Amino acid sequence: MNISDIIKPENLVYEKSKLQLNTIMHYCPGCSNGVVHKLISEVLEELGLQERTIGVSPVGCGVFAYNYIDIDWQEAAHGRAPAVATGIVRTNPDKIVFTYQGDGDLASIGAAEILHACNRGENIVVVFINNGIYGMTGGQMAPTTLEGQVTSTTPFGRNIDLNGYPMKITELIAQLPGTSYVTRQSVQTAAAVRKCKNALRKAFQNVDQKKGTSFVEVVSTCNSGWKMSPVQANKWMEENMFPFYPLGDMKDSEKNAPVSKN
Amino acid sequence: MTEEIIIAGFGGQGVLSMGKILAYSGIMEDKEVTWFPSYGPEMRGGTANVTVIVSDGRISSPVLHEYDTAIILNQQSMDKFEQAVKPGGVLIYDPNGIIRPPKRTDINIYKVEGTRAAIEMGNPKVFNMIVLGGYLKVKPVVTLQNVERGLEKSLPPRYHNMIPLNLTAIRKGGEILEAMPKP
Amino acid sequence: MGELRLMKGNEVLAEAAVRCGCDGYFGYPITPQSEVMETLMELQPWTTTGMVVLQAESEVASINMLYGAAATGKKVMTSSSSPGISLMAEGISYIAGAELPCLIVNVQRGGPGLGTIQPSQADYFQAVKGGGHGDYKLIVLAPASVQEMNDFVELAFELAFKYRNPAMILTDGAIGQMMEKVELSDHKPRWTSEEVRQKWGSWATVGKVPGRPHNVITSLELDSGKMEVNNLRFQEKYRKMEAEEVRFEEIMCEDAEYILIAFGTSSRICQKSIELARAKGIKVGLLRPITLYPFPRQAVANLARRAKGFLVVEMSAGQMIEDVKLAAFDAGLSLPVEYFGRMGGILPSPGEVVEALEEKLIKK
Repeated sequence: MNISDIIKPENLVYEKSKLQLNTIMHYCPGCSNGVVHKLISEVLEELGLQERTIGVSPVGCGVFAYNYIDIDWQEAAHGRAPAVATGIVRTNPDKIVFTYQGDGDLASIGAAEILHACNRGENIVVVFINNGIYGMTGGQMAPTTLEGQVTSTTPFGRNIDLNGYPMKITELIAQLPGTSYVTRQSVQTAAAVRKCKNALRKAFQNVDQKKGTSFVEVVSTCNSGWKMSPVQANKWMEENMFPFYPLGDMKDSEKNAPVSKN
Repeated sequence: MTEEIIIAGFGGQGVLSMGKILAYSGIMEDKEVTWFPSYGPEMRGGTANVTVIVSDGRISSPVLHEYDTAIILNQQSMDKFEQAVKPGGVLIYDPNGIIRPPKRTDINIYKVEGTRAAIEMGNPKVFNMIVLGGYLKVKPVVTLQNVERGLEKSLPPRYHNMIPLNLTAIRKGGEILEAMPKP
Repeated sequence: MGELRLMKGNEVLAEAAVRCGCDGYFGYPITPQSEVMETLMELQPWTTTGMVVLQAESEVASINMLYGAAATGKKVMTSSSSPGISLMAEGISYIAGAELPCLIVNVQRGGPGLGTIQPSQADYFQAVKGGGHGDYKLIVLAPASVQEMNDFVELAFELAFKYRNPAMILTDGAIGQMMEKVELSDHKPRWTSEEVRQKWGSWATVGKVPGRPHNVITSLELDSGKMEVNNLRFQEKYRKMEAEEVRFEEIMCEDAEYILIAFGTSSRICQKSIELARAKGIKVGLLRPITLYPFPRQAVANLARRAKGFLVVEMSAGQMIEDVKLAAFDAGLSLPVEYFGRMGGILPSPGEVVEALEEKLIKK
């Protein structure tokens, strides 16, 4: 079999989503962001939501998300994506609006915006990439950095006395009556990727059904920031991040008591 | 015709609403009007004042340092605004609580015992309308008919049953107005 | 003839927004402008025109909600007072950088810091020179009456969409709290989704449709070569505004030897000062800039050619006076340009202005 045989349409075994643009990604090899982008593209394509969806990208590694997924996008100021998404969805209630935010953006500078958007039950999807570090600016401490974790601003490890505790913001958000679906996922194995895709699909379906806020955290690796190989980073995440940030659904209004809004 | 008025007293005496009814009556008479209040914490219990300007032409400054007429309802306002009446102008006051009556000789001073009359009428709330009636007797810048129309416009319909009482109070004010002799 | 009412400036902003087909208001309470949102909540426009009104968790959130909605081609506004506008500065810079049309109202109060709640004009620099970071300009309109609070809402939106640029109504607590006779505009319907798509679909995030590349609203451009090109485009737009959108009013300037220059509330005070000064035989007129950006530089220069002196009257330590001096200087003209003003929420009185005119220009 030569190359021309391999690329025959009948030999096609895998095709990227039509919503994934051909732009070369800026993400480091091993980064979880690329996988999550692929999953969002696939879900939007499968649900036929391309023309109705508006994405809001953050400040942080996800800032250029708009270069990779073929939908209309807005780039928000640092931490403000939930407010931007509120403005969009309130004036365009027929649109499918989602934010894509990292831990610094969502849990630090944007803590007020995410809490209030979720508390109002804005009909949006929030995709929260938690890798415990500021990747874009070169590996500084994030609110979700683990105790003892070394970053460029915690060179001797995160010290609780000095830096406070790692923040379980997703657990906080699950308490808010405006959220209908709150889950924590990961994408380091094929099985995890499948589960994460199901979670994202559910989140976007929820918004299409106007169920309020759906919040999908993806515990992620930042092998560059963590200064590890991608394989080491996955292992470190499983051994250190998962015990503190356990995976699974925290809230699902279909299963739990119904939420008060939407 | 341009009439520049300051109405000053305690918050709660109906200073701002007296000004508002006067301004609305002005509009009913196709006049230009401006209603400029003191606002902020002083509204809550302290002194309150409002500048009302009624004019046949375009109104310049809502902020004034001298007035054609001052309607004074407490001592603090007397201390503050007696000197701000233009020479030849008018000062109208309710003597209730006034311990230092106005002394100027180059202006026309009138007294309206609005507080007492309102109690006699059995409704202390119409106090400000009695004072307004006194003012309109001295300076008929708007007709009583247009005050009635102004009340209709400025009051929510659920209070329209109060309009006759307010008009009675305005007439009462005109009756009890007393010109103070010049020393 | 539209509907005549006696209304506060702040209330009129709300009425005018609904009547001009505004799609959304996002705000946070602050004195002396809270009546804007209070009036909107009373009017409940979502039950009539479909306009959205939302009390945000902060001014920071409000301005970013504006960003999101404006980027979909919607006609949206916020209002605040000085400290709140400082909080919005980041968002305003992003909105200018992303070239989004919207309306921001600043009902100024005395600063700096928490300051006072009384009227001030000390945010002039913030409004016309930036306030946020980067080279950008807002279209800045300065109403001087409650009627103009009505008229300028629609004008601000018109200019904002014409130039894809944020517009600001720069007013103060005096006009916000003052009631005057106002003729309200007639109701205009909001744009339908189809109209928005037709008018602004080339850039707005209205949903990607086949046949056009996806629309991206961003102020980010890491390639500094391209960022310079963006900046040059912005500057070209600002020059066009300067050429085409200058608005001002001249009062009794024909025979005037001295010119008062003032905007908003202080221009109203100066009109009384003119009456007082003319009664004394002083020939004085008023130049009232209506657009603070673009500033009426040509009008200043024209008056500078024939006046004996300018007195710039501001409720600040003297901010617009710099633009007056620059306009005269750039025209190669030299004349006495003096300042009079009050600060911290104190309003100058008409008499004080006349005294300052005599003291600073005539007796010299």
